[in-house]
Amino acid sequence: MDQLIECKDIVKIYRGRGLAGAARGFKAVDGINLSVAKKTSFGLVGESGCGKTTFARTLLYLDPPSSGSVRYDGVELGTLSHRELRKFRKRMQIVFQDPNSALNPKMSIFDSLSEGLINRRIDKDERGRRIKDLLDLVGISYAYKNRYPHEFSGGQKQRIVIARALSMEPDFLLLDEPVSNLDVSIQAQIINLLSDLKKEFSLTYLFISHDLNLVSYMCDTVGVMFKGKIVEQAPTDLLVSNPTHPYTRRLLASIPGAAFGERGLSKGLEEESVLVIEARKAQRQGSGGCPYYPFCPIGDGECTSRAPGLRSLGDDTISSRHVVSCFKTEAGT
Amino acid sequence: MDVLRFIARRFCRLLLTVFIISTLVFFVVRVIPGDPAMIIAGMDASPEDIMAIRARLGTDRSLVIQYFDWLWDIVHLDFGTTLISEEPVLTLILERFPLTLLLAVLGIAIGIVVAVPLGVISAVKRWSAWDYFGLVFSQLGMAIPSFWLGILLLLILAVRFPIFPLFGADSAAHLVLPAISLGFARAAVILRLTRASMVEELSKEYIITARAKGLTERMVKYKHALKNALLPIITITGIEFGYMLGGAIIIEQVFSLPGLGRLFLYGIYQRDFPLIQGGVIFVAIVFSLVNFLADILYSIVNPKIRVE
Amino acid sequence: MEAKSSVKAPLLAVENLGVCFTHGAMQAHALRGIDLEFFKEEIHGLVGESGSGKTVTSTCIMGLLQSPPGEITSGKIVYDGVDMVPLPEPEKRLYRGRKIAMVFQEPGKYLNPAFKIGDQITEMLILHLGLDKKAARERAVHLLDLVGLGKDGRVLDSYPHELSGGMKQRAMIAIAISCDPGFLIADEPTTALDVTLQLQILRLIKKLKDILGMAVLFISHDLGVVKEVADRVSVIYAGRIVETSTKGKLFENPLHPYTKLLMLSIPSAQRRGVRLATIPGRVPDADKTPEGCAFHPRCPLAIERCSRENPSLGDFEEGHRVACHRAGESWIN
Repeated sequence: MDQLIECKDIVKIYRGRGLAGAARGFKAVDGINLSVAKKTSFGLVGESGCGKTTFARTLLYLDPPSSGSVRYDGVELGTLSHRELRKFRKRMQIVFQDPNSALNPKMSIFDSLSEGLINRRIDKDERGRRIKDLLDLVGISYAYKNRYPHEFSGGQKQRIVIARALSMEPDFLLLDEPVSNLDVSIQAQIINLLSDLKKEFSLTYLFISHDLNLVSYMCDTVGVMFKGKIVEQAPTDLLVSNPTHPYTRRLLASIPGAAFGERGLSKGLEEESVLVIEARKAQRQGSGGCPYYPFCPIGDGECTSRAPGLRSLGDDTISSRHVVSCFKTEAGT
Repeated sequence: MDVLRFIARRFCRLLLTVFIISTLVFFVVRVIPGDPAMIIAGMDASPEDIMAIRARLGTDRSLVIQYFDWLWDIVHLDFGTTLISEEPVLTLILERFPLTLLLAVLGIAIGIVVAVPLGVISAVKRWSAWDYFGLVFSQLGMAIPSFWLGILLLLILAVRFPIFPLFGADSAAHLVLPAISLGFARAAVILRLTRASMVEELSKEYIITARAKGLTERMVKYKHALKNALLPIITITGIEFGYMLGGAIIIEQVFSLPGLGRLFLYGIYQRDFPLIQGGVIFVAIVFSLVNFLADILYSIVNPKIRVE
Repeated sequence: MEAKSSVKAPLLAVENLGVCFTHGAMQAHALRGIDLEFFKEEIHGLVGESGSGKTVTSTCIMGLLQSPPGEITSGKIVYDGVDMVPLPEPEKRLYRGRKIAMVFQEPGKYLNPAFKIGDQITEMLILHLGLDKKAARERAVHLLDLVGLGKDGRVLDSYPHELSGGMKQRAMIAIAISCDPGFLIADEPTTALDVTLQLQILRLIKKLKDILGMAVLFISHDLGVVKEVADRVSVIYAGRIVETSTKGKLFENPLHPYTKLLMLSIPSAQRRGVRLATIPGRVPDADKTPEGCAFHPRCPLAIERCSRENPSLGDFEEGHRVACHRAGESWIN
């Protein structure tokens, strides 16, 4: 399959404060390899602070990576000048969690949507037509075009943000927790909208979320992120039916209510008591090797000596796409 | 350990401030037109006389050497001697300083005693008579110049009704009116800040927790909210205290108090450069010290800042 | 469970509670006759979207409704035989914290940043139980142990900012249970936490309910969380309870179309490729509640009668009450 995005060994280091800051730098993203095939959706799950949003920003060169390369549709983004990059970025749009900060409160939604079109030198009549189409598409009445963001509800604002992203005619959308701030019934509306748009415009999605339920519903492939690294990645069905990394297993076991009686999802994934986890964490902190070791119920001495890399679980075409970074994978399969 | 590191860091910042100010003062004084030697020597002195005075003052050497000399002296708290009377500047300053300090402390004390409670009440009983009183009070405080208030107080409370003495600094009673005129404007600022800070804290979520715990309204407001609201007040008080030193210069003039202000004013009239330089640096040191103390106090009340 | 509850009187009962907020000429009927019963050793989940009246309900039970603008227009809140609504403030205060306690959504914001955790706990013990400082501190150590913050009471001398999010929420819970309350309100206690922490906190609340024999009102927008934690579930919509039953019955056989739609709108791996159910429109504002059944404009089953007549909450079967003219009917989706 044709890859739209391919990134290799992406590292993002944030410098600490002061003169010694460089030495105490914080690796927010630690060597991520990832590719997203055209017209598919890739889901990245992880808890707060795992580096998923930072990774997304580096991927789009909004905040260039400290090292590593990103190829977008065969073009190396790092080699582009600012102007070329800007042109490229029209093809990749972002939808953030909070539509309030994404929309300028002092601009009517018509003006917000026009901006991008003006940039693309589309004349006035055509602009009006396009904005009408876009608003129709996301289910906002064109009659509201002169209203301001505060006159809309959260779900409507998110629709407008999506319409604005689409106005650039992108082929890639980065969705960073796009429904986390919305009510349950509104979430479903936006998710359905995103599914429809993906089909209609042959879009490619990178979907970032803390919600494994949501990601496994939306995406073809899921990557699980922990402390700046992808620890497991697989086609969604494989990941859900055969979670292998202990962290993935823990995430799955943590889904409350386990998706309504379909407890089979996390069958056999025992939940440990807090004290056991805390005690292990205290004991194993800073022992080097695998970053998950302090949290891991199955780790042993081998895990302290070096960090595991990603490796495939099998040779055939399907299981070779299931990769995991854990020495103890046999224990899980 | 955290506390010590924090204090050490703030102390370094203090030294840096003093260093920057002394450098600035040195160069600003050199840039201002007018050669001190010519001022001392008078209009019709011979070039030789002027050279001699320059040699005595050390102003004939290169600027770089003068600068390092200057820094060296500052480190030893040696501000030189005045041009006119040739007394050590530091001695003169230290003689006058206690009175000014006392005046400033009294002023800020009056400010705090009046403004903090009034600000808290204004915030707790918003849009009540108290709040409007506080509003008018703070508007007046900011609008009325302190020297004018001083003159007014003198006319009413010393001349028309001679409750307080008119001039001099012989007793505590002499300081009451100056301290009030000085503290009034500061009180206005502190009141506004206290009210704003208290209103903000009262709208925070932990107030709901405090109520949900079944605490009395008094505990909710005067324990939980107030402790948080006081944090910015400590900082602003430190800064305000610095302004007090400046304000004291004028007030000392109005009330004929022999404080630092009058000394500096005299120095300016006489173009007495060592005195001016020494005065500026001395005030800068005091100002930095006060802010340093306010920072430490702040860190004790607010444990969060030490971590950052 | 049913047999017990029909014999036993509830510890706390909310009967026909109505609340109205007045802003100038606008009147918002936030609650329009709520009935809820809470039994000892039982967690009662209250599910609803934002603006449905969940928080107003808990505020009223705490006796903390700000008046004006809010006003209780009808109904009772009976705790152990005493109607708390007409009580004067000093008497209400005897319940607050002592008999009815509350845990909030964002522990970081709801803990006072300027006081040590220990002081925030002992303050209540001294006030409500009349303990001296030493006894209060001893009890605080015990409480911290109970919520899983260690036996040594180290956390007592910590400030909130020194604790992690999960620890803060545990401390918050320790404060809430400090005076051994009969009734605990947990208002979205895990919404702000990471998924792996969420389950720990839910388990903790369940454990404490058993140990202390509390009745718990658990408020959430998340059906999965409620399913994980609750024994009994009520669904609230536009200021009315639309369905209430034991957890088993409600999740197996949801009768109200709103409940059903909420369940079908949640994404999961199993539903991949299946379109999520959506509820058109959004929750009505409290000042614009539709005539008749408040849900009828969004309801796939609505008939003419629904726009005229507000259905009352009636027994559909033993222990399963629903407010719908077409309860239990299905629609072709």
